[in-house]
Amino acid sequence: MYLIDTPVLKINNLTVRYGDGCSSCQENLEKNRCTACGTVWACNDVSLEVFPGEVLGIVGESGSGKSTLMKSLYFDIEPANGSALLKEYKNGTKNIWESSGSQQRLIKNSIMGMVYQNPILGLRMDYSSAANIAEKIISAGNRNAGQMTERAIELLDAVEIMTSRMAEAPKNFSGGMQQRVQISKALANNPSLLLLDEVTTGLDLSVQAKVLDLIRRIKAKYGISILLVSHDLAVIRMLADRTIVMLDGKIIESGLTDQILEDPQHAYTQQLVHSLI
Amino acid sequence: MNKNYNFAFLDEGSKREIRRSILKAVAIPGYQVPFGSRELPIGRGWGTGGIQLTLSLIGKDDVLKVIDQGSDESVNAVNIKKFVGLCTDVKTTTKTQEATLIQTRHRIPEIPMTNDQILVLQVPLPEPLRIVEPREEITKKMHAETDYAPIWLQLYESIIKYKKVTIASEYPCMVEGRYIMNPSPIPKFDNEKLHNSECLYLFGAGREKKIYAIPPHTRVTSLAFDDVPFEKESFKGKKCPLCGNENTYLDELFDSITGEVFYQCSDTSYCKEVQERCI
Amino acid sequence: MAYVAVSGGKEAIEESIKLLDFYRSGTKIDIDLTAIENKMSLLVDRVMSEAGLYSKTYAALALKQCEGSVEEAVFLLRAYRSTLTRNYYTNEVNTDNMRITRRISAAFKDIMGGQILGATYDYTHRLINFEIENEDSEKLFDEIKKKLKNEEPEIIEPCSRVSNELKREGLIDTFEADNTSPYDITENMLEFPCLRSARLQTLSRADTGFISGLAYSSLRGFGQVHPTVGELRCGYIELEVPYLFDNSESIYIGEILITEVECFTEADAGDKLKLAVGYGAVFGRNENKAIAMSVLDRELENKGGNPTQNEEFVLMHGDSLEMNGFISHLKLPHYVTFQSKLDAVRKTRGDENE
Repeated sequence: MYLIDTPVLKINNLTVRYGDGCSSCQENLEKNRCTACGTVWACNDVSLEVFPGEVLGIVGESGSGKSTLMKSLYFDIEPANGSALLKEYKNGTKNIWESSGSQQRLIKNSIMGMVYQNPILGLRMDYSSAANIAEKIISAGNRNAGQMTERAIELLDAVEIMTSRMAEAPKNFSGGMQQRVQISKALANNPSLLLLDEVTTGLDLSVQAKVLDLIRRIKAKYGISILLVSHDLAVIRMLADRTIVMLDGKIIESGLTDQILEDPQHAYTQQLVHSLI
Repeated sequence: MNKNYNFAFLDEGSKREIRRSILKAVAIPGYQVPFGSRELPIGRGWGTGGIQLTLSLIGKDDVLKVIDQGSDESVNAVNIKKFVGLCTDVKTTTKTQEATLIQTRHRIPEIPMTNDQILVLQVPLPEPLRIVEPREEITKKMHAETDYAPIWLQLYESIIKYKKVTIASEYPCMVEGRYIMNPSPIPKFDNEKLHNSECLYLFGAGREKKIYAIPPHTRVTSLAFDDVPFEKESFKGKKCPLCGNENTYLDELFDSITGEVFYQCSDTSYCKEVQERCI
Repeated sequence: MAYVAVSGGKEAIEESIKLLDFYRSGTKIDIDLTAIENKMSLLVDRVMSEAGLYSKTYAALALKQCEGSVEEAVFLLRAYRSTLTRNYYTNEVNTDNMRITRRISAAFKDIMGGQILGATYDYTHRLINFEIENEDSEKLFDEIKKKLKNEEPEIIEPCSRVSNELKREGLIDTFEADNTSPYDITENMLEFPCLRSARLQTLSRADTGFISGLAYSSLRGFGQVHPTVGELRCGYIELEVPYLFDNSESIYIGEILITEVECFTEADAGDKLKLAVGYGAVFGRNENKAIAMSVLDRELENKGGNPTQNEEFVLMHGDSLEMNGFISHLKLPHYVTFQSKLDAVRKTRGDENE
């Protein structure tokens, strides 16, 4: 189903901290905070890989570092250390955190797509849904309004939003619909990697189900790789092929989702799994 | 000329500094050069940018024309001409062909200008991206990184809502494929005059403290999608009753007594020329 | 019906200027410049502060010329500046050496050097004194002169600042002296993020109403700052310029009156608090403006969503000439651009130019 050889994304030793750190930080960590100097290690030496066509789930509670990881990937936060290589960006030879502002915009536009938990972060609420999608296509260099509109209609259709609503602004949409617009926007330039950050959290259960189902169909249709962050194991179970468990800024367990669920090794993972009834 | 003030009002050091900024602007067409804008006896927002350019460039042998809304008679044009006259004694004219230096607000003259003429345009808001981003700190970066998607988005959104681009004047242009610039509040009708011109166009924003330029033979294109061509204002079926012209930008007026609507050339000196030639 | 080109601009302006004379012609009584300088000195101070030009006589002259309009007077002074050559730059002034005429602190009941109330309207009852209408100015002048003649002035030693005490205690940070030349906003465009020297200059020259209103909004909750006035001093500072032939020597050229304020607020210092200082300094006896300036100086150190914490919002919109110029420019003809807008609106309705 997919090539295991070359990862679409490879993160090595990602570290994000708040504070300068001290020589004894790693030994004095209480949760993710150093008791000696007060530095918070939001992501502490995190490494992972995402392969073509797979969904990698990241599960953890708030403070685990999973959101920090996503924000770093999308250039919303600057890491203190680490590298991230994307197959589609210079063939995986350049660390995206060392690239220029315009290169980063290029990556965000054409190689990665991001869907935020809060749609305000990912959408221009006062512009039409078509314009939201068109923005991506414009950023990629297209200057044909007709083509943009066609593509917008195609994508909105893929996320089951009627063409008649394409001129409406997302601020008037329901939460679930806003997420679907975000997803269609993220897919505009056929990225190789989709980042989904708690996208169904806060939605009604029935709406959640619909969005999750949509994601599953998109994965099947486009063969796109997905990094799926959630605190909800049920969501992970439904979509993720492999799963990583994060706690206090570190990865404590990883493996095939089925394996993690059936045979959790770490005490914390066991706790999580047992709460999933 | 008032002897209490230096020739052309500003001190020589200031004039030199402004000329250096102009040179930089000419070297980078369409790029907004920040400059130390000086205060003048004329209000900020009333043309101090254009006036500083004129004052820095004007010499004893220049011939100056000043227009506002296309007319030499407009209150503002008269006022500016008076001020420059107060501190220079330079010859003035209403004929476009006779002028070496023309300062204008909101219009480019109908007669194409030549290689030894400079047109100085008054600019209220130089930043074309201001409609999508209020912060100067960000727009500066956007220009540096050619991050122009937001303004294209404005055009697109207008097409989605109204099937047309509804930006009226100050229609954004791309210069030499690199910088997007605001051509100042000239109507779309005048935008094409900027492209591949013979004369030098200088833009001055005194309050916002920016100078930019379009040198001769520069590629200037008004922003438009490939499939939605740029449209200028139309005056279908209207012509100027004074000179009979159907191809100029027209002012819409209401007769002060009868209230009847009629149209007339905005460029008054051009209108007069055509009338004189016709007769 | 005859179509004529619209004309008459030149004559209209000339008549307009004559009409302005009409507005000033209602009485035969002249206003002497010394009367404006001495009896309207707070108005003069405000004009000097917003013009960024210290000259009581020219400020008085400007006010006389334009019927007392602060906005017009500030305009006249700023324009005048543009035609003058800049001859010298004064040496840095250490305001510790200020010759104090008024000095108070709201932070402490008493302070080293004492609380000196000085002349202030703060504690007057705002009751109109109808006697002032027929004031005998000559009598007032002679009385005061006679009073001063027989008195020995009490020496007010330059006193240490309130903030020095708190610095000694470690509650206020101390810094190494930074002798970089200040960013000159009269010769350069403001760039963001702003240097503090640019920020302070801009605030000092800003329209008094604008920054007072902004500071007020901060005090009322649209901001993080509810400061205490640590010290307000009003007094004379001496100006010196370097001697042309020997930089180590300097020449005294005169003194100016300024108001200086340091306000204190609690600020975050990691796991504890400290006191941070906001600074305000303006020409003349403009106390509220100096206090407002110090509040905004503090407010702009914090990033946040309030208008007073938005650097561009605060610093780009307070300049009297720019604000009044741009607002008044709306009175200029805009019919070419309006025609363009009409065209755009009409086009969306399918009727072109009808």
